[in-house]
Amino acid sequence: MKENTFARRYGLMILAGVVVGAAALILTAAGNPKNMGFCIACFERDIAGALGLHGAGKVQYLRPEIPGIVLGAMLSALSFREFKARAGSCPASRFVLGLFVMIGALAFLGCPLRMVIRLGGGDLTAVAGLLGFLAGILVGVAFLKKGFSLGRAYPVKQGEGLILPAVMAGLLALLLLAPGLLKFSEEGPGSMRAFWLISLAAGLAVGFFAQRSRLCMAGGLRDVFLLRDFTLLAGFLAIWATVTVGNLILGNYNLSMLSQPVAHSQHLWSFLGMALAGWGSILLGGCPLRQLILAGEGNGDAAVTVLGMVAGAAAAHNFGLAGNPDSAADGVYQVGGIGTAGMIAVVIGFAVLLAVSLLHLPGKEEA
Amino acid sequence: MVDARGQSCPIPVVMTRKALEKEKPARLEVLVDAQVAVENVTRCARSLGYQVTAEPQGTDFKLILSK
Repeated sequence: MKENTFARRYGLMILAGVVVGAAALILTAAGNPKNMGFCIACFERDIAGALGLHGAGKVQYLRPEIPGIVLGAMLSALSFREFKARAGSCPASRFVLGLFVMIGALAFLGCPLRMVIRLGGGDLTAVAGLLGFLAGILVGVAFLKKGFSLGRAYPVKQGEGLILPAVMAGLLALLLLAPGLLKFSEEGPGSMRAFWLISLAAGLAVGFFAQRSRLCMAGGLRDVFLLRDFTLLAGFLAIWATVTVGNLILGNYNLSMLSQPVAHSQHLWSFLGMALAGWGSILLGGCPLRQLILAGEGNGDAAVTVLGMVAGAAAAHNFGLAGNPDSAADGVYQVGGIGTAGMIAVVIGFAVLLAVSLLHLPGKEEA
Repeated sequence: MVDARGQSCPIPVVMTRKALEKEKPARLEVLVDAQVAVENVTRCARSLGYQVTAEPQGTDFKLILSK
């Protein structure tokens, strides 16, 4: 009986985690950058680059995984009658929050999902990110306990809910039918890519299972602190376990602080970047992956958040805010990280999040 | 009555929990508009010893929590 209850409660979540972890391993084996089989922030940044929204030549490619996730979630939501067009919960605030979540993630060099994938590759520099993510979530949870809310969303016409899936389908069409309009990296992470059909299939699978299970990287830790509920955390841990075991089997596990793929050793700013991403994700009601899933379910506010993240990626690279990986040149190991502009942007991000958090607490009469 | 329609995750659960812990009612109605909120509020209410029944109401759901 107990086993049945466990399977019912955690089974789908663990399955979703295994699917995401396996998809990340397959994508890396098929050509995506190491420890970056999946990364929502990095792939949205690559898409921003492919569209010419920023000019960082090493991170430009229209990653089919992102349209795949949104369309997979939409197909799942439509199949299970969970597609509901809704919008109107502080979209402008969500745009700005999405922008700063992206700036925080790119300071660290990865979204919360990639943080787990990096940990699963033995990348110990991601531990600072995990601790920062935890800290950011704790701050967000404190505001939730005080009654923070961006307000309710309202039912809207179905067309509003279909906007981001339609944009994603349009991006795919551009990649396949008019690639000459897009930019493609010839070196760096953007040049490392799996065949588009594998990427799309992996995205569709992740979108489908993440929609069914409600998988959320930020939600996993948030629910433990806020509700003593471990359901979502099971997905987080399943991804970590799957990627770790897969990398050990494939011989790609490298437990070290040094020479990790697309990672830097500026630990304080890894911590602060992910703290910004964690706090922002709690205010938004979900991590960057979850925002894509919600947008696929017809949530117009999540669609605006995704657009905010793309704008954040463009800002991060146009203004030199994103982290640079550690590198080795002529036998000398150089620590990467973010520059002064990036540090200022992260600090501004904290100020913006604090303002949004405080401005959306209930008034005395509502408390 | 808790009206948590249109609220982002996990605010429906936070609102429900607050109402249950503050007033300790024998019965509470919670309105939500998403299946995920139905699941989360149900899980939370059960962990606090309540039985839960869900009634679809148009595109919304009315959850009745009772001891």
